[in-house]
Amino acid sequence: MLWYTGKRLLQMIPVFFGATFLIYFMVFSLPGDPIAALYGERPPSPAVIAQIRAEYNLDQPFIVQYLLYIGNFFQGDLGTTYSGRSVSDVMASAFPITARLAMLALAFEAFFGILVGLIAGLRKGKLFDASALVVSLLLISVPTFVIGFVLQFVFGVQLGWARTTVSGAAPLDELILPALVLASVSFAYIVRLTRASVSDNLNADFVRTATAKGLSRPRVVTVHVLRNSLVPVITFLGVDIGSLMVGAIVTEGIFNINGVGGTVFKAIRLGEGPTVVSFIAVMVVIFVLANLLVDLLYAALDPRIRYAK
Amino acid sequence: MTQLANQTVNQMPSSDSAPLLEIHDLEVGFRTQRGLVPAVRGVNLTLYPGQTLAIVGESGSGKTTTAQAIIKLLAGTGQVTGGQILFEGRDLTTLTAAEMQAVRGREIGYVPQDPMSNLNPVWNIGFQVAEAIRANSDLRGKALKQRTIEVLQEAGLADAADRLKQYPHQFSGGMRQRVLIGIGLSARPKLLIADEPTSALDVTVQRQILDHLATLTRDYGTSVLFITHDLGLAAERAEQLVVMYKGKVVESGPSQEILANPQHPYTQRLVAAAPSLASRRIQAKKNQDAPAPEIFSAGGTDTALITRATERELAASGKDLISVEGITKMYRIRTSGLKHDELLAVNDVSFGVKKGTTTAIVGESGSGKSTVAKLILQLESLTSGRIEFEGRDVAGLKGRELLNFRRRVQPVFQDPYGSLDPQYNVGNTIAEPLLAHRVGTKKERQKRVLELLEQVSLPAATQFRYPSELSGGQRQRIAIARALALKPDVLVLDEAVSALDVLVQGQILNLLTELQTELNLTYLFITHDLAVVRLVADNVCVMQKGRIVEAASTDDVFDNPREVYTQDLLAAIPGGDFEFGR
Repeated sequence: MLWYTGKRLLQMIPVFFGATFLIYFMVFSLPGDPIAALYGERPPSPAVIAQIRAEYNLDQPFIVQYLLYIGNFFQGDLGTTYSGRSVSDVMASAFPITARLAMLALAFEAFFGILVGLIAGLRKGKLFDASALVVSLLLISVPTFVIGFVLQFVFGVQLGWARTTVSGAAPLDELILPALVLASVSFAYIVRLTRASVSDNLNADFVRTATAKGLSRPRVVTVHVLRNSLVPVITFLGVDIGSLMVGAIVTEGIFNINGVGGTVFKAIRLGEGPTVVSFIAVMVVIFVLANLLVDLLYAALDPRIRYAK
Repeated sequence: MTQLANQTVNQMPSSDSAPLLEIHDLEVGFRTQRGLVPAVRGVNLTLYPGQTLAIVGESGSGKTTTAQAIIKLLAGTGQVTGGQILFEGRDLTTLTAAEMQAVRGREIGYVPQDPMSNLNPVWNIGFQVAEAIRANSDLRGKALKQRTIEVLQEAGLADAADRLKQYPHQFSGGMRQRVLIGIGLSARPKLLIADEPTSALDVTVQRQILDHLATLTRDYGTSVLFITHDLGLAAERAEQLVVMYKGKVVESGPSQEILANPQHPYTQRLVAAAPSLASRRIQAKKNQDAPAPEIFSAGGTDTALITRATERELAASGKDLISVEGITKMYRIRTSGLKHDELLAVNDVSFGVKKGTTTAIVGESGSGKSTVAKLILQLESLTSGRIEFEGRDVAGLKGRELLNFRRRVQPVFQDPYGSLDPQYNVGNTIAEPLLAHRVGTKKERQKRVLELLEQVSLPAATQFRYPSELSGGQRQRIAIARALALKPDVLVLDEAVSALDVLVQGQILNLLTELQTELNLTYLFITHDLAVVRLVADNVCVMQKGRIVEAASTDDVFDNPREVYTQDLLAAIPGGDFEFGR
C-alpha cells in the first residue's frame, strides 16, 4: 500500500509539468496584448511598455518564459500580477476562502445526500422515495445560478436569515448559504447513487443471511447495507472535491466571494500567465491528491481491492 | 396424495415426542403487476426433534420459498397468504418483527445456498461469525472471540484463530460454506434450515461438508430441514422426504420407501433422471448380471441412456481422431514485485480420442480439465507437447487452416445464460457461425437454421425468440444447435449440463446421445460429475492437479478404480448406500 501511494505520488511529477506547460502555452496564445489591456484607453509610452515587457519577461520567446517561470516557481517565487501584487499573496487570500466553501459544501452533500439516499433506498416506491427523486431531478436540471439567486432572494432578502453577499474575510457562518447552493447538484447525484446502491444491496444474499443470523434491522442496514453501498458514493465525492474547488465561479460570483474561481477568471481575462498557471498548478495537485485519497479509501472500504505493488 | 403422505409420516415410530415443526396448508404468493402469483400452494409437512427431512424438487418448485417462509425471509414481494407454520406449537406467521428476530439464529439456524454470495465481502470472517454469536448470547470481549474460534473449529476450520482477520475472498468455496455452517449452528438452534448447502461445491468437498454437518447436528440433537434438487443426495442424507412440484407436495414419506417405490409420476421421473441414481443403477444392473428391464424404475426417461451405457462395446478400433501427446500448460502468476510463480495447469497429459466415441475428462475445480479443453480448441497456446487432429499437428495452424480446424471442432460451454448474446435472436445466433465462415446464401442459411432447430427438438418458431424468453434447457439446446451449424466432427462440451436441473439434464444428455449416433459425432466431455460420465462416456480420464491420474474405459474406471482419488470421487456420488429394484 505504501509502495502504491509512493508510485501514485511520483506520477504527479509528469502530470504537474504537462499541465503547467499546456496552460502556460494556452495563456501565451491568447489574442490581445496584456499590457494594452492593462492600461485601457490611455496607452503608455513605448519605453514604459518595453520596460514592463522586460520586467515580466514578455519579450522572451515562449519556451524561455515558461522555463524562467518554472525556475522561479521552485524557488518559491510565483511571480507578480500585473497590478504588482505577488501571486503567492493572492493565493494565500483566495484559496482558504474557496477551501472553506468547498469543504462546507462537501460536508452538506455527503451528509444529506447519503441520509436522503439511504432512506429513499430503504423505502423504495414509497412517498419519501418519490419526492426525493423529483427533488433531485429538479436540482440537476435547474442551473446553479437560478438556484443561487432564488435562495439568495428567499433567505437573504425576504426572510433576512442570511447575508446576501459574503464579507471579505468570508467567515464560516456567512458561507452556509453559498455552500448549500454549491452542493445542490452533487447532492442530487449522491441521493440517486446512494438510493440505487442501497436498494441493490438490500437484495443481496449476504443481507438475507445477516438477517437470518438474528441481527436487528438497524444493524443489518448500517453494517451490511450501508458500508457496501458507500463504495460508489465515495468515488463520486472524491472526484467532486476537485470540481468544487474549481467550479465555484458561478456561486462565488452570485455571493461576491473573493475565492479561487473569481481570481482565475479575472487573470485569464487579463492574460496574466503566471497567476493563471500558478493557480492551475495548485488545482492539479489538489485533483491528483483527491483522486489518490479516493483510491485509498476505496481499498479501505472494500478489502477485495488490493493494489498491485 | 398429500393426505396419504401425512399419514405415513404420522405413523413414524419416532413420533413419541411432539413435533418441532409443523406446516399446515402453507400458501405463499409473490405480488406482481398482474396480481398475486402463487409459489407455494398448500404445503404440509411435519418434522420431529432430531430428525432430518429433505425437500426435493427442481428449480421453481417452491422448495426454497417454503424454507424462507419459515424464517420470514421471503425475497422481494413474497408473502404468506395462508396456512400455519407451527414451531414448538407457536405460529411463526403471526410473530412480530422483533419476536421473529429472537427466533432467527437462536432457535432456527439457516445455511444458505451459495457460499460465494452469502458472506459480506467487506467484513472479515471473524467479524461476521462474532456478530452472529453476539446477537444470540451475552458473550462479549475475550469470551466472544474465544467462542468465535470454537465455532469455526467445530465447523472444520482447524486454523481458525489465525484466519479471523481474513476476508471471504481469501477463502475457498468449501471453506466459506464451513463458515456459513458455523454461523448457522453457532447458537445451537433446535432447527437448522440448509438450503442446497453444497450445490456449488466439488463432489468430494460436498461429501466432507455434508458428513461434517451430519455429525454436528447429530451431536447437538439439531433437526435439519434439508433443501436439495438431487434426489440421491436427499435420500442419502434424510430419513424423511418431501417431493415438491409446482408449489405442491406431490409425495412424502420415508426416503427408502419413496426411492424404492415412487408413487407419483413426477417422483418417478425424478428417480429415473437423477444421474447419481442412474449411474448406481447401471452399476447395480451390471453386477447382478440380470438384464431384467424391471430394474429400471417405471417411466424412466433414461432407459435409452442406461441401455446404451450397459451395452456399450469397447470403443471402436482404428486410428485416433484426436491425439494428445504430453501437453503441458504453464501459467506465470505475478506474486509480488517482479517475481513470478509458475503454475502448471496441465502437466504432461496424453490421451487419444477415437471417432464417434465420447471421452470424458473428470476432475474437481482447479484440476486443469477446462484448460485441456481450451488447449484442444486452440484458445490457449501450448507450453510444450503436441496435439494432432487426423494425424496433423494443430499447434501451428494459422489463417485459413485454423478456420477449417475451428469448423470441425466446436465448443459448447457451461453457462447457458452467459454464452448466448441477449441482443441476438435465436435464428441469428445459430446462423452466426455460418455467416462467420461464409457458408451458403441467406436462404440456405435460413434452411439450415430450421434443420438444426429440428435436430435439437425445438419448434421452428423459436428462431424469432430471444434468450431471455427461454429456459436454461432450451438455451443449452440452442448452444448445441449453434455448435452443430458447421457440421463439425468434434464437440468439446465443457460442463455443458452442469448448470441444468436433473430432468433437463437428462433430456440434454439424451439429445447428445441421439445426435452422436445420427451424425457420428465425437465428444470430448469435460465435467466434474462422475455420475453423468457413467451415462454418456466411453472412456474416462481422471485429472488431479494438472495430471491424468487414471485413464481407462468407463466400465473399467467404475468397476475397478485403481487410484485412491478416483475411488474418492466415486464414493462421493450420492446415493451410494442405496438398494434399488427390490
